[in-house]
Amino acid sequence: MNEQQIRAMVADALAEIAPEVDVGAVDDSSDLRQALDLDSMDFLNLVIALSQRTGCQIPEADYPKLYNLKNMAAYFAD
Amino acid sequence: MPSLGPDMESARVVEWLVKPGDAVRRGDVIVVVETDKGAIEIEVFEDAVVEALVAPLDTELAVGAVLARLRTKGESEHQASPDTPKAQALPVAPAPAFRPEPPSVSTARLDAGAPRGATDSGHQRASPAARKRAADLGLDLATLHGSGPGGAVLLADLAGLGGVSRGRRAGGFDAAAMRRVIGTAMARAKREIPHYYLGQQISMAAALDWLGRANENRSVEARLLPAALLLRAVGLALTKAPSLNGYYEDGAFRAGEGIHVGWAVALRGGGLVAPAIHDVDKLNIDALMSALRDVVARARRGGLRRSEMVDATVTVTSLGERGADTVQPIIHPPQVAMIGFGRIVERPWAVAGQVQVQPVIGVSLAADHRVSDGHLGSQFLSEIERLLNAPESL
Repeated sequence: MNEQQIRAMVADALAEIAPEVDVGAVDDSSDLRQALDLDSMDFLNLVIALSQRTGCQIPEADYPKLYNLKNMAAYFAD
Repeated sequence: MPSLGPDMESARVVEWLVKPGDAVRRGDVIVVVETDKGAIEIEVFEDAVVEALVAPLDTELAVGAVLARLRTKGESEHQASPDTPKAQALPVAPAPAFRPEPPSVSTARLDAGAPRGATDSGHQRASPAARKRAADLGLDLATLHGSGPGGAVLLADLAGLGGVSRGRRAGGFDAAAMRRVIGTAMARAKREIPHYYLGQQISMAAALDWLGRANENRSVEARLLPAALLLRAVGLALTKAPSLNGYYEDGAFRAGEGIHVGWAVALRGGGLVAPAIHDVDKLNIDALMSALRDVVARARRGGLRRSEMVDATVTVTSLGERGADTVQPIIHPPQVAMIGFGRIVERPWAVAGQVQVQPVIGVSLAADHRVSDGHLGSQFLSEIERLLNAPESL
């Protein structure tokens, strides 16, 4: 999955979690939690949405790999 | 129009979910009203048949105004017909803040307005901010294309319409109105409630260790957050401290019927709302986690119910992972206590003469001195500590 696709997937997932945020304005290496003011509940909901869309069970230990779009793309590329 | 809080004076009907002739059951959501705290879903309190939708859409109505006429079982159609001078107000659950006013003032005006959109089969979903902006601009939501979930109209969809500029990160509600509501409630709290404050640092090592192991075996959807443990511990501790759970009204304390914890949810764009999670002491950890997820999601997108706005017997605020270390809460009147959690942060922690690095959380209690004392408050915080140190018991 390339970064373009990751962005689209994250934007789609966040539309339900935090409808008023703009993923397009986030740079690929900034921490999404800070950039979009996501709390732990928002972040968990994002992980759930990503898990459902990719069919990938994401262990809790991997959460730090999902903190920015660049690492996220690498994570789901595997 | 039911009261959704001591400071609410009026609200607007923005959406009917029923039409005349529909049978409704107690607890069904029948109407959505727009308040200073966003869009709230109103449930009906008894089984009935809808006779007539009285309140027009998008008109500011005072608390106590008639929204609809219902025919309950045993009532004949004639009794509840619109010709009857004794119009029956929408029955709602008894709530401390609900003081219906005679509907006579507004009935005539209300009857004059045809209930627009009452027979629409599908209603247009919209975020509270979008709904408000559309109303300000005089736009009909039904004519707009929404880009949100389920085709919901979002604020961004209104960009460029009626001269609105595309504003990023706008809140999902009227921030200025909510600020006034918060200001009024907090000023009253500071003026009337003799607060006392207690604080305690608690190690979260055992709790987080338990949580990590519990989550290993769980699917993503079933994972727990520390917030669920904190809420569970508060619920259980409150069963032993009933004088922190309830209301101070008319010069006396009234214990809450059940432990309904208002969970403070920060809203994007500023402001907060504290919807009630019912019977926290009776829900297991999984049920509490689901309830938390559900209520936070609905607080943010504007789908809270009336009972959630008025039923809280106590309030909890958890600042979360990027919050401050501690908080001194201000009690939400007429409640008598509020519990605050700071963020979980690693700190040096002495255990059996040795210093270790452990995750630590600061918990604080603000309570009403007219009802309880620091001794009881201290016992309450100690009980929370005991529970968090024995997470398997949660």
